[in-house]
Amino acid sequence: MISHLPVLQVIVPLMAAPLCLLLKRPQLVWLFSLFASAIAFIISILLLQHVMTSGVISYELGGWKAPWGIEYRIDKLNAFLLLIITAISTVVLIAAQTSLEKEIPKEKHTLFYILYLLSLTGMLGIVSTGDAFNVFVFLEISSLSAYALIALGNDRRALWASYQYLIMGTIGATFILIGIGLMYQMTGTLNMEDLSQRLPQVAQTRTVFTAFVFVIVGVCLKLALFPLHLWLPNAYAYAPSIVTVFFAATATKVAIYLLIRFTFTVFGLSFSFATLPLQGLFLTLGLAGIFVASSAAIYQKNVKHVFAYSSIAQVGYIMVGISTSTVTGLTATLLHMFNHALMKSAIFLALGAVVYRMGTIQLSSFHGLGRQMPLTMAAITIGGLSLIGMPLTVGFVSKWYLLIALIEQGWWPVAVLILLGSLLAVVYVWRIVEVAYFKEPLAGSVPVKEAPVMFLIPIWTLIIANIYFGIDTRLSVQVAQLAAQSLFGMSP
Amino acid sequence: MIMDLFNYWVVVVLMMSGFYIVIAHGNLIKKMVGLTIFQTSVFIFYISMAKVEGGTAPILAESISQHSNPLPHVLILTAIVVGIATTALGLALVVRIKESYGSIEEEDIQQLDEQAQVESEQKTANGNQV
Repeated sequence: MISHLPVLQVIVPLMAAPLCLLLKRPQLVWLFSLFASAIAFIISILLLQHVMTSGVISYELGGWKAPWGIEYRIDKLNAFLLLIITAISTVVLIAAQTSLEKEIPKEKHTLFYILYLLSLTGMLGIVSTGDAFNVFVFLEISSLSAYALIALGNDRRALWASYQYLIMGTIGATFILIGIGLMYQMTGTLNMEDLSQRLPQVAQTRTVFTAFVFVIVGVCLKLALFPLHLWLPNAYAYAPSIVTVFFAATATKVAIYLLIRFTFTVFGLSFSFATLPLQGLFLTLGLAGIFVASSAAIYQKNVKHVFAYSSIAQVGYIMVGISTSTVTGLTATLLHMFNHALMKSAIFLALGAVVYRMGTIQLSSFHGLGRQMPLTMAAITIGGLSLIGMPLTVGFVSKWYLLIALIEQGWWPVAVLILLGSLLAVVYVWRIVEVAYFKEPLAGSVPVKEAPVMFLIPIWTLIIANIYFGIDTRLSVQVAQLAAQSLFGMSP
Repeated sequence: MIMDLFNYWVVVVLMMSGFYIVIAHGNLIKKMVGLTIFQTSVFIFYISMAKVEGGTAPILAESISQHSNPLPHVLILTAIVVGIATTALGLALVVRIKESYGSIEEEDIQQLDEQAQVESEQKTANGNQV
């Protein structure tokens, strides 16, 4: 049983999805999806434990030996990612039933859960597989269900956002496919481990160079690196609340994982950072992303837009971490992926609760909400503080490590810019806090009650995790550090 | 030179024209057409690279000694399925967009969205005054 865990991780949600059709009743389907996601979560904990104690797990699908058959390869990096994805997915699903009541017609609930599970399958598949073509297949499974999930939003702009995402996403995925094809042409293998050994022999050819560029651009489209981020704000803003929470916390993380996997493992550190000026490229685009997206966030009237732009800015921080190409920088990146997933899911879930009560998410509807929905607004405030990087929250920990990495490199100006970027976060979070706590409710607005319990439980679970991992950093920092070290080929 | 790499030239031409159509055209259906051409060029690329000169289908028989590589063909079968799913989903979205916006031109849709934005802002502004 234990030896089959890597594949069960993907199979469980994949098999659960069609079974939802048989259950039919939305309530049952919800419980069943929650159950499937929880099992995936338990599997990911077991996998992480196993990887931490006894090293890399290699699973041969169908018993075919590694370079020929498809291999699932779990090391510290993807075990960490699997844990993030399944944990967030499970916590988010607790609130799904309540949130969907107000946002999606009842007859579509079952379909929603099917798409959700398929999207989860895709993400888990991308992360666990060790086969480059398999990555493309899972990427499309998760993306296609993502387009459909976003289109479920009840605003017609959701359709337009979904269509734009489909065009951009497909171009990105096709670029990755071209890159994989060129790599296969040069090496005759699709297995990532095998590729990393064979690529250096042909590294100095134009074909490999082209393959690298296609893969990098394709992945950067998927992870919404500035200036390839245009699909993201509307897709997040008009999707159903639960979908926003899930994707904001996980979808870009999966793409960042792919970027790290391809640059560090498949092409290798020396090739990646020597053939292309990746360091300068990621640093410039990352910083530009932080400032452009944070400034845009300040002027948004739709609160979901504010935090969607903030997500693009956070991707900027993550890219700056990668651009240092040191162990400390990569540790900061991995930590920020974990921490950003925690804070964004908490914030977007709280926004979902506001939508549930108010029916709208415009900033004007937040007037006086601090007194009407104290627990929800407190959660948004703490999440916001974490986003800024206040001590005692997770946001502080990852920014701290990022600053250390930058100072180690002697990049003082960049460190200063990162701090300035955080000040912009203060501005956009403060706008919301100010309206909610220091303004009277609008005349003629109907007073609302606190969010339902089914919202408060997951929101506060995530907020407590935000504070807990901000104080007790042993688990997150240790795993991130070991994963970063293993990527640099150091044995822990 | 050109004839040797004929397939690859076709791939490049198809890829670029598909990509251009996606970017340049405002009609959503035309964009889908461009996207499909773009994807198809990649299919041809995979199939061309697997061809071994003088090689046949991978059949184990005594008289046959050279085979073309069947793996990329199989990979591309998967990619074709993915491509069809993408096209179907894209067209379904276009149908729904047509139903709710009454148009499938990018410009019209953006204009309608901006109008709706302005109207909703006016509404909230009026609400504040009341």
